[in-house]
Parts: sequence; structure tokens; C-alpha cells
Amino acid sequence: MTNSTTAGGFLLVLAIVLPVVGVLLSLALGGRQAQRVAFVVMPFELAVAVAIAARIWRTHEMLQYSVGGWIPPLGVAFRADGLSAVMIVTSALLICGIGLFARTQFAAPRGAETRAPLMFWTLLLAVWGALNVVFIGGDLFNLYVALELLTFAAVPLVSLDGRAETLAAAFRYLLFALLGSILYLLGAVLLYGAYGTLDIVLLSGRIHAQPVTWAAISLMTAGLLAKAALYPFHLWLPPAHAGAPAPASALLSGLVVKAPFFLVVRLWFDVMPGMPERAAAQVLGILGATAIIFGSVVALRQARLKLLIAYSTVAQIGYLFLMFPLAIRPEAGHPWSTAAWTGGILQAVSHAFAKAAMFMAAGLIAEALGHDRIAGLSGIGRALPITVFAFGLGGLSLMGLPPSGGFVAKAMLLTGAVAEGQWWWALVVLAGGLLAGGYVFLVLLRALGDPIEPLRLITSVSRGRQALVAAVALCAVLLGFVPLRPSEFLQIGRPDTVAVGLR
Amino acid sequence: MAFDAGLAVLVLGVASWTIAARDTFAAVVGFVAYGLLLALIWVRLAAPDVALTEAAIGSGLTGGLLLGASTRLRRTESLAVGEKPAAALRAATIGLCILVSAGLAAIILLLPEPAPTLAALAAANLVATGLGNPVTAVLMAYRAIDTLLEVVVLLLSLLGVWSLTPDHLWGSLPSPHYRADSYETVTFVTQLLAPIGILVGIHIFWIGSVAPGGEFQGATILAAMWILTMLSGLVDAPAVNRRWLRLLLIIGPVVFAAIGLAGFAMAGAFLAYPTNHAKLLILIIEVPVTLSVAAMLTLLVAGPPERSSHR
Amino acid sequence: MSGAMLYGFCSTVLVGLGLYGLIVHPELLRKILAFNLVGGGVFLLFGVIARRGAAIGFGGDPVPQALVITGLVVAFAATALAVALLLRLFQETGRAILQSDKLTDAPSDNSQP
Repeated sequence: MTNSTTAGGFLLVLAIVLPVVGVLLSLALGGRQAQRVAFVVMPFELAVAVAIAARIWRTHEMLQYSVGGWIPPLGVAFRADGLSAVMIVTSALLICGIGLFARTQFAAPRGAETRAPLMFWTLLLAVWGALNVVFIGGDLFNLYVALELLTFAAVPLVSLDGRAETLAAAFRYLLFALLGSILYLLGAVLLYGAYGTLDIVLLSGRIHAQPVTWAAISLMTAGLLAKAALYPFHLWLPPAHAGAPAPASALLSGLVVKAPFFLVVRLWFDVMPGMPERAAAQVLGILGATAIIFGSVVALRQARLKLLIAYSTVAQIGYLFLMFPLAIRPEAGHPWSTAAWTGGILQAVSHAFAKAAMFMAAGLIAEALGHDRIAGLSGIGRALPITVFAFGLGGLSLMGLPPSGGFVAKAMLLTGAVAEGQWWWALVVLAGGLLAGGYVFLVLLRALGDPIEPLRLITSVSRGRQALVAAVALCAVLLGFVPLRPSEFLQIGRPDTVAVGLR
Repeated sequence: MAFDAGLAVLVLGVASWTIAARDTFAAVVGFVAYGLLLALIWVRLAAPDVALTEAAIGSGLTGGLLLGASTRLRRTESLAVGEKPAAALRAATIGLCILVSAGLAAIILLLPEPAPTLAALAAANLVATGLGNPVTAVLMAYRAIDTLLEVVVLLLSLLGVWSLTPDHLWGSLPSPHYRADSYETVTFVTQLLAPIGILVGIHIFWIGSVAPGGEFQGATILAAMWILTMLSGLVDAPAVNRRWLRLLLIIGPVVFAAIGLAGFAMAGAFLAYPTNHAKLLILIIEVPVTLSVAAMLTLLVAGPPERSSHR
Repeated sequence: MSGAMLYGFCSTVLVGLGLYGLIVHPELLRKILAFNLVGGGVFLLFGVIARRGAAIGFGGDPVPQALVITGLVVAFAATALAVALLLRLFQETGRAILQSDKLTDAPSDNSQP
């Protein structure tokens, strides 16, 4: 794998520069234009994302770009393989959907600039740019800066309404995120000290098994787990995601929390190809399994809808980390050709759409009712049928019922578990599905039930917004038509051979 | 060697004071001292650029920020007493931290000798950038994308700070109002110091291309002077919705990104410089970036808007 | 180079000290202070690694030094955001600590959509 720039690599630069320029323009033109700037950036950025994916699909090769013409180790490289392309397109589609959904909620007011619309649209673009840097960054320090950018853009979204609970939740989120970043940086520092480079491809060539490597990777993984809210580092997530305004919750649960997971994948499979011990991978799997059971059980006990959905996120993140023990095969190499690899990534993508739809649906319900207590949801199914339908579709994916992306993902993980002879993960996947069914039906039964007294809606919710939420949920369902075998697209750009680590 | 040992012990002592002090204000004062001592360590480690940055940003601006906060939070000191953790938890934490430190120390001992380094590569390519300071070359040429993203990060954190404004106060002025009294010491010192400080800031920024210094260090000194004039009341804080302030904030990153994009045409890649004009282009980027970063740093210390414009 | 290794150990102790302060202090401002100590330790370690990479007449490897400068600026940005959040939290609640018991309940009826 050479370090040169490939044709079309400029698309990678555009993917980052467009949102950044959008942020700058929004700030300069003033808050009333911020929404317009965002809506101008969105179609172009979506086009860039699709172009990147199309190019990778056509050439069956990775896109690379050496920024400034300087090649690593001195310079910084951007690299997009099949995995990156999938995440870039997912975030582009979802952010466009979230933007359309939030159009009325954060509409630019007539008259003077106000705080919330300016902040929302600017932060939305900033999150988009940061996510893209995470997905295509090829240098560990560049990724550190991207993680910090992501954190600084995501935290103010949590406390956008200024209430005391959301301020506390935002602070806790910031604390965990900063701790995670500094642990990540510490690991990267050790890697530089040992190997003299922070470029992912160069590192993969130089890295070998020694205590410094184990320490560095452990530190970086621990930091990223804290940012991904994997059990037991999940404490910050429920209040933060539940307290944010609905479009922000959709963004946070759907995309922001996937970025650290993406980096753990990069670390384990790209920086140290063929090296991770089975035992270490089992630890990640155990934490994931605990997250699934714990998150689902606590979700069942929630009184508020948004908190239930947030705890569901804690659980669904656990599925992502089941990928590690099932895809790690140091002797054989090629973890990306396993079912578990495709299953894990598909879980990330379908959960993004499903969870975003559920949060947006909860947002519409809360707008209409003035509260989000589950006990008070009776009759909302008649008032907002499309919304509840969308919620149900999202729940399908969470439960892992066909047709849905969640079903394919969990089926692949099950296949991987059985194939590897690690049947205990299969039990966890099935249990998680049952529990998810529990809390989804909890809500649906309430919503479809008859109210004791006639339901009073505070505001009416437009059909357009409801249809939009349903469309987002439909994306999760459409992913169910992905063939039930390891994806060829996700294997584009992966190295053909894997160096076996020195023991 | 003895000097290094003494300095290390001193830094650890002051750092321990920062952690162990009962009064938060005292802890912050200790932190400022720790930062200055840390700058000395950076000098001993042959990293004068970093020493300047640590002293200016790490100790100076951060210290100022934390001092202001600790003054405002004075009243909460007594309230927190009841929340202190039990002795068992403290003991367990001490054990954990000793483990972490010892583990890290063991790992450091295992780092390879001779250490891998990029110094040779950096030196070899220095001529192409037209610069004399290799650290500036890394920041503005080799890894310019990091610097561009870093400026955006700074701007984002300012946005985050501004997002915390109560809605009714949006568009107003940050920081309390200080009245200028010409007989006050602060006013006198500022009138004396600010012009000199601005010149020093410009000099340190300018010299960064060939000697230790650069845009971030220079910007910090400019920011410090602006903060000083605001504190003394000679200049009032700008309202956050002023068009000129917004333009000042974005001019740096905009010029940076624009020259970066122009690099496609001029030198074939984003953020690439044609060899003959590299130094000139870097300078054209650095001037607005210094101004923007100075504004960002000032406003970050000033905080979210908290009073409506008045006189 | 042994002077550099000395500072390396100094950095590990700083990380440990900061971690202790981060966990033990209930006051959020002290947590922020402690976090800055951890960051300082990590940057110092990077600086030691830079010093070990001295070559070609440079006193140290310029790449880690430049990265530390970037890191210092980012750390300041983080501190500024944290302090602003903390002060706003204090304005709203009158306290400057995170109350762990109120973590998940928050059963307010007027939840924002």
C-alpha cells in the first residue's frame, strides 16, 4: 500500500473543508443566515459523500490524499476505504434528515439574531466536519484533534436549552470526553516514542508485540471506550442524550457516539493487524455483553421516553463491541471477510438510522404532549399515527426483527458466534433482542392504548415532519435487504495480507 | 543533572500543593507557579517554542481563567465539604494512581534506544518551506491541517462558551464592567504596558519563522494585552454580535482555508505551497490567524455575554 | 539524556497526581485543575520523547514539540469551555459539584422536546 495521493482524493479534502467553511460563514453572516448556510452546505456535502462512495465502489480501491503534498511520516494523510465510505454516507444522509427535521424547531427568527438557531446549525456543521475527519483521518494525532473538535461541538448541543439538568449532564459528558481524549493521546505519545510515526499505515508496518504497544493500545482503547459510553463508562450518556433537544439527541446517539467505536476498529484492525490477543478481545466482548443486558434492563424501568431511548443506546452500543471477539483471528488474518465484521458495521449504521428516528419521534411526541412520560402516552397513537409507526419501525431494527438492518446485523453476529464456536455471545444477542422487544413494546402498547381521559395536544405536529421521521426509520428497514453474507464493499481497501505479530 | 533533579522535585511539590490545598484559590495560584516551572522544564528539554506557549497559554491564560472562576465560586467552598469522599475511597485511589504512575514509568524505561525521530526528515525538507524554525515548519507546512483544525477547535470552544448565554442576554457584552479610573494602579500599568506588550507580541509572532516563537505565542501576548485593557476599564468588552468581531474571529481560518484551497492550483495539493513563495504564503496565513486567535483567546477568558450594553 | 528521563518520571507522577485529584475532589473546579495536571504530564512525556529524538543539530525532534503546542492550545480551549459550563451551572443551581444521586431520575414534566 503506497502513500501516494490517488485520483479523486481531493474529494476527501472537500468533505472536511465544506462544513468548516459553513461554520465560518454562519458565524460571520450572523445567526439568521446560519440555517440558510447549513441548507446550502447539506446537498453539496451529501454529493461529496456519495461521490466518495461511488468512486471507491468503481475502482475497488482506497482513496488516499497526502495533505500539502507531504507524505507520512512527516505529513498527514487522509484515507477512505469501504468502511470509511459507509460511515461517511450514513452521516451525510442522517445529518440531512436531522437538518430537515430541525428546520422548524430552530428556524431563524425575524428580527435580531438569537442564540439557539445560530448555535444549533453551526454546531451541526461542526459535528459533520469532525465526523468526516474521524472517518478519513490517517494520522493518530490528527484524529485526536478531530475527537476534540467533535467533543466541543457535541457538548454545547446537550445544554442548548440552558436548564440546570442539561448543564450538569453536559459537564459530565465533557469530563468523560476529555478524560477519554487525554488517555487516547497518552497512548499515541507512547506509540510515537516507540515507533517514530503516528501514521496508521506506517505504524502497521513497524508495530510489533511488546509491552509499550500493549500499554499504548490499552490506554487508547480505554479512552475511546469512555467516549463511546461502553459499560462501565456509560454514566454520562443517558442524562446527556435525554436532555438534549430531539434533533441533537438523534445526532448524538446516532453518529457522535459511533466515532470512538470507529477509531477502536481502526486501532485494533489497522494499526495492529493480526496482533490483538483473543483474551483482550474477549474483554471487549464481555463489556459489550454487560452493556447489552444492563442497558436493556434499566431501559425497561424508565419512566421517561427519552431516558428509555438513551439507555437503549447504551445497550445497542454493546452489540458493536461483540464484533471484536468474533472477528479477531490473528492466525488466519482477514477479519474483514468474516460475518462478524459486516455485522458489527451494519449494526452501527442501522442503529444510527433507527435510534435517530426514535429520538425524533420522541421529540415530536413531547412537542405535542408537553411531556415525555411513558405513563401519559396513552392515545398518542391515534393523534400522531405516523410518528408512532416510525418509532415502531426503529424498534424493529433494535429488536433485530426482519426486515431491518438490525436483523441482518444480529444475524451476522450470531453466524459469527456459532462459526467461531463462541456460542455464549449468541445467547447474549438473543437475550438482548428479547429485552429490546420488551421496552419497545412497552412504549408501543401505551401509545396504541386508549386514553383514560381525552388527550389534549399542546401543539399540532405537521405531517411533513412525521413523514420525515418515518423516512429515516425506513432507512433502517431498507438496510434489511442487504445480503446475508460478508459485504464486499466493506472489504475494499483492506490489506490483502496480514503480518502475524511476533510473540 | 542536579539542577534537573531539583527542578523536577520542585514541580512535583507545587503540583502536589495544587492537588492537596484546601482553598481553591490557593490551589490555582499554585497551578500558575507550576505552569511557570513547567516552562523552565521545557527550556531544559530544548523546546523553547513550547516553553513560550506553556508560560503564556498554559500558565498565564489558563491561570487567569481559573483565578477568575475560583473568585466567583468562593461561596461554594463550604457547601462542598460534605461531599468529600471517604478515607477508604481516597486510599484506594492513591493505590490506583501509584499503580498508574509506576506502570507508566516502567513503560518509559522500555522505550527503544536509540529513539526513533523525524528530526532528519524535518531538517531535510526545511529548505523547501523557506523557514528557519523547524517547529514552525511542522505547524505551518508539514502538518498544516492540524493547525487549521486546531484554530477551528478554538473557535468551536468559543461558540460553546457563547452558547451558554441566557437567551435574554444574547448579543450583549461578556465579562463584568470595569470602570477606568486614571489613578488606579491597574490603569497606570496598562497604559504603560499595553503598547510594549503589543510590540512584544508582534515581535514574537514575526520571529517565529526563524527563531523560537510563532503565531500562537504572539497571539497569546496580544490577547493578554487586550484582556489587560478590558480589566482596567480602558476598553469595554465587545458585544458578541458585532459584525467586526465576527469578521475578526473568522478572518484567520478563512484565509488559512482559502490559501489551502488555492494550493490545488498553485502547487497541486490542498495546503501545499509552491517552493519559491512558501515563506510568503505562510506569512500571509499567519498574520490574520494571529489576530483571530488573539481575539478567540481574549473572548474565551472573557466568557459568555452577561450584561446588556449600557453606559 | 538522563536529564530527560528524569523529567519522564516527573511526567508519570504528574499524571498520577492529576488522576488522583480528578477522582477525589468533589468540587468541579478542582477537577478541572487536576485534569490540567494530567494533560501537562502527557505533554511533558511527549516533550521527553522529543528530547530523546534530538539529531541533526536540533535539540529535539520538532514534530512532537509542534504537536505539544497544538495540544496546549486545545487543552486551554477545553478548560475555557469547562469553566464556562461550570460557572453557568453555578448560576443555575448555586452549587459547583455534580450530584451523583440526581443522575438518572430527573422526572420533570416539562421536558423539552
